[in-house]
Order: sequence, then structure tokens, then C-alpha cells
Amino acid sequence: MSAMENDQAPWDMSRRGFLKGVGTGAVATGLMQGATDAEAASALRSGKPVGPGAVPITLNVNGTHRWLNAEPSVTLLDALRNRLDTTGCKKVCDRGTCGACTVMLDGDVVYSCSVLAIEAQGRKIVTAEGLGTPEAMSAVQESFVENDALQCGFCTPGFVVATTAFVRDHPNATLEEVREGMGGNLCRCGTYVGITKVAYDLAKKGDA
Amino acid sequence: MAKNAWPSADRRKNIGARVSRLDGPVKVTGVAKYAYDVKRENMLYAKILQSSIAVGTLTEVDTSAAEKMPGVVAIIVQKDGQGNLPKISYAGDMVATVAAETEEIAMEALKRIKVSYEAGVPQMDDKDPSKASGRDQKKDQGLDDDNLSADEKLKQVFAAADTVSEGYYGLPIITHCSLEPHGQVTEFREGELYVWPSTQNVSGYANGLTRSTGLSADQIHVDCQYMGGGFGSKFSTDKWGEVGAQLSKQTGRPVKLMLERDQELTTAGHRPSAFANVKVGVKADGAITAMEVHAWGSGGQRRFRIPPTPYVFTKIPHYRTLGQSILTNRGLTRAWRGPNHPQAALITMSALADAAAALGMDELAFFKKNVGLTDRAEVYAEEMDVAAKLIGYREKAHLRGDKTPGPIKRGLGMSIHTWGGKGHNSTCAVTINPDGSAVGRMGTQDLGTGTRTVIAIVLADTLGLNVDEVRVEMGSNALPTSRASGGSSTVGGVSTSMRDASTNALNTLLDKVAPELGVPAEKLEAWGGRIQEVGKPSNSLAWKDACGLLGAMAITEQGANPTSDGTNLTTGGVGGCNIADVSVDIETGIVTMNEYVSVQDVGLVMDEKTAESQLYGGAIMGITYALFEEGIYDPTTGAMLNKDMEFYRLAGMGDIGTIKVHLMRGPKYEDRGVVGIGEPAVLSQGAAISNAVANAIGVRVPELPLTPDRVLDALSKGGVA
Repeated sequence: MSAMENDQAPWDMSRRGFLKGVGTGAVATGLMQGATDAEAASALRSGKPVGPGAVPITLNVNGTHRWLNAEPSVTLLDALRNRLDTTGCKKVCDRGTCGACTVMLDGDVVYSCSVLAIEAQGRKIVTAEGLGTPEAMSAVQESFVENDALQCGFCTPGFVVATTAFVRDHPNATLEEVREGMGGNLCRCGTYVGITKVAYDLAKKGDA
Repeated sequence: MAKNAWPSADRRKNIGARVSRLDGPVKVTGVAKYAYDVKRENMLYAKILQSSIAVGTLTEVDTSAAEKMPGVVAIIVQKDGQGNLPKISYAGDMVATVAAETEEIAMEALKRIKVSYEAGVPQMDDKDPSKASGRDQKKDQGLDDDNLSADEKLKQVFAAADTVSEGYYGLPIITHCSLEPHGQVTEFREGELYVWPSTQNVSGYANGLTRSTGLSADQIHVDCQYMGGGFGSKFSTDKWGEVGAQLSKQTGRPVKLMLERDQELTTAGHRPSAFANVKVGVKADGAITAMEVHAWGSGGQRRFRIPPTPYVFTKIPHYRTLGQSILTNRGLTRAWRGPNHPQAALITMSALADAAAALGMDELAFFKKNVGLTDRAEVYAEEMDVAAKLIGYREKAHLRGDKTPGPIKRGLGMSIHTWGGKGHNSTCAVTINPDGSAVGRMGTQDLGTGTRTVIAIVLADTLGLNVDEVRVEMGSNALPTSRASGGSSTVGGVSTSMRDASTNALNTLLDKVAPELGVPAEKLEAWGGRIQEVGKPSNSLAWKDACGLLGAMAITEQGANPTSDGTNLTTGGVGGCNIADVSVDIETGIVTMNEYVSVQDVGLVMDEKTAESQLYGGAIMGITYALFEEGIYDPTTGAMLNKDMEFYRLAGMGDIGTIKVHLMRGPKYEDRGVVGIGEPAVLSQGAAISNAVANAIGVRVPELPLTPDRVLDALSKGGVA
């Protein structure tokens, strides 16, 4: 892994500006890493085989474009955690059961352990960090704290993402709908009572 | 002068209030850094190769192909004390560890290590007491007789009973399944070791690494601010701690070594199984006169200790308990939240409920009738009334077997439990700075129980400040030592040492303030952000102005549990009562939780919000082991078959029904001081839910978890079907 992978590429520049900016020595890398979201997505759809070696990957994480090199087999979860500095998606079961790695992909809730990083290119990835900060929490995050809907906190960021999407998609959800709809995430400390209240109250309020 | 005692009810601002946990915001936004999240410059990722056989000897571990892989940096093969390849005692034992540039390379390299074994035949049967080994554990009470042997006396007391009820009960091995796996990041810097472990034992962790690293404990720096669950499984440094440190030393690079999920389940902690034949003798009026328990079970290669039976009803006049240990080729047991108590509760409370049913007596009436056989009759009686009211016992209760038509049968079941929970040894330091800032420092850890918040609550209330006006530093072994967090001992320990230290610091400040306010320090108190004359708020100084009198020199005072002046701020010994309300579909065997009530004596509550969370969480964890959890092992190979989270099932949000919790409050309870409740929260669920199922379907399902197959099997032998 090179130190550059964690640097943020200046995506708000035009591609031409970017190439000029990085100077000739880096042009070759710049060309590869400078592909836009759309280009990356279309390369993936082109059906051309990629890998098994590392390939350049661009990810839009919490509104910021990030680039990295990783094998096509690397999951979005491992890319976010090991190649980037994201910690809001946790690795627990690593096979799509527990929901600790839940992120939003273009607004849809997915287990990031079950999506490849290359598949997530061109899509907006939102983790718990992208929903709020300790100083400016989202309504869901505030409600988690208020209702003590967490203990050790390891499942919590995944639950926060899942709850955010649930509340958005299920205004006025009944208690049964909450219990059913939030069943994709697991907690070991037993914080479901608080989480149920968060989801139920906010779905009723409709202001998540 | 502040007294080293808990403040009276009118002087508790934060103590016992509903304070939100202080680390909530960093946890809900995903920025709290756990051991698993620690990332260091130039860090390697290490992965463990486990033994595929359950018993035998490793004859060769060939790492040559793995070593040739680009990106593999170091490989360590496990050796025993003599430098030989180790003996294997369970499927999952550590064989070798690879450190590589990426996690993926490390995982791939594991596949290229060739391991040769001489495999033995594993012993996996923990249900057959004839496989027991070692000394029997036997205890008799009330069987002394001048004319009879204890055996004869036992026969006599059962012969004298009006009704004798017999049953078989059991629970399998389950795992801790902490969501953050065990493991750590290690890094050598200038000859010293820095470790970020996921641990319940910050102050004691380094001691586990001195021998293997050759460092002294003060050269090992431990940091654990947040940890993703332990439940009794994360006290030790473990083999992987030693290997991680060794890899860091060898490579000169930071190494992250976290267990994979399957390894977490096979290796990082088991609760021993327990099975028992139980006989209960009762009088026609319901009085219990005699009990005989023959219990056995397995803690893997560790000796099984007989659960404390008769549980809670320790004053049963005549009883005998016999315990036998069976060694099996499973991973080592570790303390599992309330060690041996869930087993004791299931064995005892199920047998007692069956005795009540044999008499045709209501379960609650039966338990109340015999409450005098416990150590705290008054507390249990009161709790039973509260629990009965919360669940609507009078309206819902029926004798064993729901006679209403249709396939859905509903039932209630109860259990009572006990635990210690007295505070552990703890030391801390409190600094009050001339600018008014105050910080408490302690080498303890917050497992998610709310320890950090409790420490701040005590510090704030002692100094008359708000919780957000004080700071807590913890989670580092550079801070004053505090014991490991186990056995519900933390809250009593840390709150006592913090009260002691902050009282000492405040008294030093009051000495400085006294001349300014013209009254002796004994007549001053800290309240509402001011230092004031007791009973005369007009003669006061704002906190910051008072601290300003310190000039350039901050105050630092120490505190401890036990306290320096011998004052006792924590006690042990609590009781709790749980009642479950379940529905059972007798066609499918599926058990559904309707309602669960947990009533608990908790001493002086520090934070009502996080205290309630312990009870909610315990109820849910208990529902999980009652209905779903079971380590399943292949009897031939010894391999754990459900080492994942699909088939090692945890309860989800839809599985738990409605949960009601109640903390016993008021002077009678609060005057006892602080008592821990992490364990008491999780002891009764197996028994209460099993009793509720028996009450619903009219027959005992003898073993947990109460899965559909077990329910249908029991129904095939009797009950309402």
C-alpha cells in the first residue's frame, strides 16, 4: 500500500486541470487514478476482465472522492477499513449476517462485506461518519444517545445507518414493522429496546 | 469538609439520574477507535492458522510455500515450552500466524501452509456422566444423623416428603461471541511496546507480555478506550497477544492481529455446559424439604465446577449435590457473564417449578411459600410482587398446561437469582486545576456498561459540578491501577475510588477557601457550581473563583477502594426476580417471547439510564441463550459446525417481545452503597423461559436452547398436544 492511497484526490478539479496539476512524473498514475465515477462504472460494466492483481478504484465516501489500489476481490468493507480510514463500518461476521458493516449505497442499505469495492464505484457511499459528527449528530444519532440505544457500540454505527434508512422509508411504522424491518442487524449487548424506541419515535415524527 | 460517604438523596444531582453515556456521540458517529480500528503507519496484518483436528500432535508445519508469497513478511509457528510443535486439544488451536502487507495476502498465505498431524480420536460427549474424570464434587446439608449414614438419611428425608418430583435439565456449551473479536495492534518504538488490545483488563494486561517480550511491565504501554464486548472472555493477553508482540519485534513494524469470526467462536470463549438429574421433596403445603442434584458437564479441557445448587434456596433443610467433570476436546472455557449461575438457576428453578406443578400449586405461590429458604427473603418477596404486577400475573396465570383450544399455548414462568457485585480494588487520582478544570484518572476500562460515565457522575457530584464540566481519563495502564472488569465489580470499585479521591481533592480545596469565606472548612460544601457555607448559599464563591485561590499549584489527590479511611461505599449480594410470558406453537414448536420482566435489587444506582440498559441487555442476552444459542460440534471430528453467525444464532430485534425492567429503589436498597448489576441481569432467563414454556405446553423441555425440535420432542412425550 503506498502512502498516496490515503491522500485525497482533487476531484473537484477538471480532469485536465488535475493532470496539469500533478506534473508529468505522475501522469501515468494520474490517468488511471483520475478516471471519473462514470468512467470507472462504465469500465466495470464493459465486461472486460480485471484483476487478479490490484486495480485502481475510486470511491465516493461520505461526499468525498477517494482513490486506492486494491484487488478486485477486495470487499467494500475491507477497502473502507484497511485502504481508507473509515471506522464506522465494523467487521463482525464478514458474511452478510450481522449488519455491523451496514452502509448506504446510493441511499440503499447494504452490507459492505457483501459488496466488492469495484462494484461500489460511481455510487454514493455513506457510513455512520457521513450522517453526523459528535458535535453535530443527526436526529437518529442523537436519539441513539438519548435512548441509550448502545452499549459496547460495536454494532452501533451499522444500526445507525440501518435506522436512518428505515425511518426515511417507513414513516409512521408500527412497532411490528420496526421489529421486522430492523431485523438485519444484530447486537450482542442487547440494545434492541433502545433502538426500537429510536426507530419507532422517529418514524412517527418523520424528521430523521 | 466533605464526607467520604455517598451524598444524601437531596445532594445527588447526577448520581441516580438519567445521564446519557459520555462516549455515546463518538460511538454513534462511528469515530470511536476500537482495537480493530487502530491503524498505524506501515502496519502489517496478521492472521492465524488453526488446527483442523481436535486432538493429536502436529508432526510438521511447512511454511515454505507461504513464505515465498510476495507480501508475506513473517510467519510464526506455535511451539510448546520445550520448543516442540504443540499438542492439539481442540479444533481451532493455534498452529501458525502469518504477518503480511495486507489482510488478503495473510489469508491467502494461510492456505499455503502445509500441516501434518497425528490425529487422535476426540472426546466430545459431555452428556454421559460415565465419561467423567477426576474427583467428584460433593456437598451435603442436613444429612448428619447419629443413627443413619448420610445415604440412609437422604432416603429417609425423601421418604418423609409428601411428593417427590424428579427431572432432568441441561444447557449446552455456548460462546461469548463478542462482536469485536479478540486481538490487538502491537508496535515497538524505541525498545518499548505499545499495545492496543480489546481487553477487560487494561491495568493488568501488560503482565501477560513480560515473559515473552523480555520487557518489564512499565515498558509495555496499553491503551483501550473502547472495546466491542467481552462478557468475561477478555481478561488475558492470550497466545495471540504474545504472537502479535513477537511479530512486531521481529519485523520492526506495527502488527494488527484480530481473530476471524470463526476463530472467535471456536477459540475465544465458551460457557461450560451443565446437565443434571434433580429430585425435589415437598410437603403437601408446598414447603420444600429435600433436594438432590447430580450435575455434570464440560468446560472443554478445563475442569467443570458444579454450579452452586440448590441455587438461592440454600436453606433447604436437607440436600445433597454431586458434581462430575467431563473433559472434552473443545476450546477453553472462560468466565461467561455470571459464571455458573445461569446453569445453577436452570437446574434449581426448573426442578422447583416442576415440584410446584407436581403438587398442582401455582408457581409464584410456591416460590413465595419457600422464600424463607433464601438469604434475603424480604427482598425476594418484594421483588416477586413487583414482577407479578408488571407482567399481570394474576390475570394471566394458570396451572401447568394451557387448556385453551388451538395450537398456540401461552404460559408464564419465573426464576430468582443472586450475585455478589461488591466493588473491586481500584485506585485513582483527581486533579483540580486553578482554572477550575477537574480531571479524574483511572486505569480502568468501559466495556460498554457505562463505566466512563459513572466515573464522571461521581466526580461531578462530589465537586458540585455538571458532568460536562469534568473530564475522565481512563483506558491506559499509565493511569492509577484498577482491577479487571469482571463479576460486576467495576461500578462499585471505580465509583468508590473516585468518590474517595474527589472528596480528598475537594477537602484540600476547601482548606484554601475557608479563610476567604471566613468559616472553617468543615462548614463548607460544593453544590451547584459553588463552594458555599452549608445552609448559607449567600456566603459562597463560584467554583472557578474558589479554584483561583490555588494560585499556580493544582491539587492532585489519590483515592482507592478500599478507601483510605475505611469507609465502605460498596457492598455485595443482590437478589432479582424475573418472569417470562411466552407463546408456544405446538404444531411448529416455535417459542415466541411475549413479555419479559426483570426486577433487580441494585443498591445505590449511579446512572439510571445505563443501569436500566444492563437489565434490558441482560434480558436479551438471556433470551438468546434460552432460545437460540448452542455450540454444535461434530462428534467424530470435534469440529465446531456453527462457527458463524447464521447458525450460531443471536436474537434479533423481532425475537425478544416486550421487556420491562424495574430497579428496586429507596433508602432500604440505596443505603447499601453501590453494587454491580452486569451479571445479575443475565442469570434467570434460561430458567424463567423454560418454566414459561413448561407452563404453556404442560411438559418440560429438558434442555436449552428451546428450539422447535426440542419442543416437539418434549410434546411427543406428553403435555397438551
